[in-house]
Amino acid sequence: MDTQLDLWEVFVQGKSGGQFMHAGSVHASDKEMALKYARDLYTRRNEGSAIWVVLSNNIVSSAPEDAEMFFDPANDKIYRHPTFYTMPEGALQI
Amino acid sequence: MTMELKEALQKFLLRLGDNALIQGQRLSEWCSRAPMLEEDIALSNLALDHIGRAQVLLDYAGHTFGEIKTADELAFRRSEREYYNFLMAELPTGNFAFTIAKQLFLSAYEDLLYEALCESTDTHLSAFSLKAVKEARYHFSHAADWCMRLGLGTAESHDKMVDAIHDLWAYTHEFFEMSDCDLLLLQHGIAPDQEKLKKNWLDKIGKVFMRTGFSIPQDTYQHRGSRQGIHTEHLGHLLCEMQYLQRSYPDASW
Repeated sequence: MDTQLDLWEVFVQGKSGGQFMHAGSVHASDKEMALKYARDLYTRRNEGSAIWVVLSNNIVSSAPEDAEMFFDPANDKIYRHPTFYTMPEGALQI
Repeated sequence: MTMELKEALQKFLLRLGDNALIQGQRLSEWCSRAPMLEEDIALSNLALDHIGRAQVLLDYAGHTFGEIKTADELAFRRSEREYYNFLMAELPTGNFAFTIAKQLFLSAYEDLLYEALCESTDTHLSAFSLKAVKEARYHFSHAADWCMRLGLGTAESHDKMVDAIHDLWAYTHEFFEMSDCDLLLLQHGIAPDQEKLKKNWLDKIGKVFMRTGFSIPQDTYQHRGSRQGIHTEHLGHLLCEMQYLQRSYPDASW
């Protein structure tokens, strides 16, 4: 059994305006503590400009046994990829 | 700069640098021993912030000597009577509540001190303080959060926090002593008036205590001496361990 404090997931934003990436998790008793630990653990080498923390329990996850049903049907639908468009100049994040 | 002013600045820089160094050394004692992994890394981060600060401040202090000394020389080749850190900084780590109370008192002071030093007429000091004040503000926030958690936590955590506050109170007034050096630096706009800092410090601590139900202890006997390089028995032991390598193998490198 996990005898530590609540588990929180940490998301770090590298640059202002960019996307938040999952960085890892921390144990903490409250949100202030979770935020500070996330800062201390995942942004010590200048990785971040903003942090989100969320209780792991609050994340709804797909089940591994549903993976075939969920994802395999997308395998052969090449026409769903927008490969026929030219990318606008300077749009790096699409 | 007159000789007298240069000496005052040197003592002041050594005081700031030694405070950073000795606190960093004490905090690093938590590495691998903190109550949980996350706090272990948090405390080690705080320790490293202090060591980084010590490096810059002692390096600058080294330039005020006739023959320039490096930060390493000052850290590893001075004896306890030549150290000017606050007595509180050198006190043994104690339990977690003791460390948190120590951090609360010291970081509240450093937050205010470096904020004031941002306005120093010494451009080196003011530039450094712009960075240091951000660190100190985070350290204070870390300590204040924990002070509240321990204060409002279990009966045991509450009592340990109360004990720590009372044991450490007798080492707080020393922060604000105005020696001749401090007066001279104040006249030249290099360092702030410590009496003013004291008032703001009491307000800052009072606000944290109000949220946790602690009260400011009655003033009793106050320990002093660090302005003259007079220390508790603990500093010698700390230096003994910290300086062992350089003392046994001078100029060792790897």
